[in-house]
Amino acid sequence: MSGASTPVPGGARRGRMRRLEPAAIAGVMSREVANFRTFWKSTAFSSTVEPIVYLLAFGLGLGATVVADVDGLEYVQFVGTGMVATAVIFSSVFPAMFGTFVKHRFQNTYDAILAAPVDTEELVTAEMLWIGCRAAVFGCFPLIVTFFFGLQPAWGMLLVPFFCLITSLGFAGFGIAVAGTVAKIDQFNYVTTLVVTPLFLVAGTFFPISGLPEWAQVAAQFNPLHQLVELVRAACFGFEWNDLLRVGFLLVFSFVTWRIAIVQLRKRLID
Amino acid sequence: MAAIELKQVVKTFGEIRAVDGLDLEVPAGICLGLLGPNGAGKSTTMKLLTAQAIADSGSLRVLGYELPERSKEARAEMGVVPQLDNLDIDVTVEDNLRIFSRLYRVKDIDAAVDRALDIARLQDRRKDAVDELSGGMRRRLLVARGLVHSPRLFLLDEPTVGLDPQIRTEVWDLIEELRSGGTTILMSTHYIEEAERLADEVAVMAKGKVIARGTPAELIAEYAGRDTAEVYAPPARRAEVRAAAEEAGLEVRAAGPAIAIVGAERASNGVVPDDAVLRPASLEDVFVLLTGEELE
Ligand SMILES: Nc1ncnc2c1ncn2[C@@H]1O[C@H](COP(=O)(O)OP(=O)(O)OP(=O)(O)O)[C@@H](O)[C@H]1O
Ligand SMILES: [Mg+2]
Repeated sequence: MSGASTPVPGGARRGRMRRLEPAAIAGVMSREVANFRTFWKSTAFSSTVEPIVYLLAFGLGLGATVVADVDGLEYVQFVGTGMVATAVIFSSVFPAMFGTFVKHRFQNTYDAILAAPVDTEELVTAEMLWIGCRAAVFGCFPLIVTFFFGLQPAWGMLLVPFFCLITSLGFAGFGIAVAGTVAKIDQFNYVTTLVVTPLFLVAGTFFPISGLPEWAQVAAQFNPLHQLVELVRAACFGFEWNDLLRVGFLLVFSFVTWRIAIVQLRKRLID
Repeated sequence: MAAIELKQVVKTFGEIRAVDGLDLEVPAGICLGLLGPNGAGKSTTMKLLTAQAIADSGSLRVLGYELPERSKEARAEMGVVPQLDNLDIDVTVEDNLRIFSRLYRVKDIDAAVDRALDIARLQDRRKDAVDELSGGMRRRLLVARGLVHSPRLFLLDEPTVGLDPQIRTEVWDLIEELRSGGTTILMSTHYIEEAERLADEVAVMAKGKVIARGTPAELIAEYAGRDTAEVYAPPARRAEVRAAAEEAGLEVRAAGPAIAIVGAERASNGVVPDDAVLRPASLEDVFVLLTGEELE
């Protein structure tokens, strides 16, 4: 083998590179950032306007005519705080599903990245982190909008981006795993209808879970989005000890989807 | 030590044996052309070298690193130009290079981007989005992107497939420059002309194996002899001439509207008709004889 001082022309020169190198993850994320700069306006626009529309429709519409206060909260504030979770799931699961699929199957982006010293594990981690950071920001928009509907600032709200981050990491991992699993893009419809929509509806965003049958209430505890809704409301109106359990649940959720996403995408990317 | 050493490598996809007992050694400093028809296993071989495919069996060593265990280190010192363009089209030329400089852990990114822009001759287009570039510029950028980290080994998978002749020449010039700079190059192609023009040595690949290897001149001398006689005639007469030549122990292949009698210098009187056009034997003759493939 080659000596350390004078390497043989064709011989090995490097020591072993590590798994999950920050430099590789940062490189992949920088690619996302460069691409995001070309379309951020439309994304930011819909992320701001959407909660306003929802708040006007549900908060004011329903709140003024059909529903009175919920759990002692004005309905518009109930919905406004719950909408954080809506923003988080939509800005994580869909970009993860479609983005991964398109980059893999149509643009061959991942082929180029994996030809560089980047492994699938680093690729998935970077994609999740980027989506997580974005969703953590977008998740705050509904809260900011709700300030204009009378929500009072509270110190706990500073934790909302963190709650959004750990939830969106999980949904990003879920989306990547789905993209690595389906054979064709139209199969996303099944996932949206069977998984995303129910999670979104039974999260406690628009109506409290406590009104549901017992079994549905139990099931809702396993909905990460419900846990996020509860955490955001706690951040706005006061924490309880079991909120720590909710954080733990979301961390486990993110960890599990992370590992599954890596396995599923690796099967696709490495022949 | 050789830059690439593959021994008895096998890679199957279900029933298909894409790479089937491949032995390939690429010494440092040469440009090796991997010449083979469609489906020969060229792209699969390239993917094995970057560990984007994992071999079923056999041993692979790239730049002294054992694959797939140490493929990450190998990839750090090797540049790749894929068969399919996979640039980020909405992003600027400069940012495409910048991203890959980071992926390749380049220390001085600005300098690397500048150098790559020079290679691609795209300094004045650095701020433009890739989808505003012409086909030739895109291709040059794709090559330059694989060079941001000044790799010791450069893999090109059919670098000019489907390009028009002018763009092809531009890409060839780029590879030529690199080759004279001493970078080890492995280039797959099914264009004879490309191999003849750029490769120090050619390995002819068919059905997942290397079936012949040498410099173009060696391959021609060994498999095709000195002269090839082409006979342009109606089909009936071509068949007659062919039969006579094969009778006399010569190899004959179809060549568009003609037949080519290979090794015509060895023919006894009368076998090669008087109206035949004599030309030096070519790598194309070798390729067609060895693989049985008609060329486009
Ligand atoms: N991912 C895959 N799944 C199944 N079969 C594959 C896969 N990749 C390659 N093959 C098969 O392996 C064989 C070799 O393919 P490969 O792409 O390596 O050939 P090639 O020499 O690059 O051909 P071309 O000149 O057309 O690019 C083909 O029969 C191909 O269909
Ligand atoms: Mg190919």
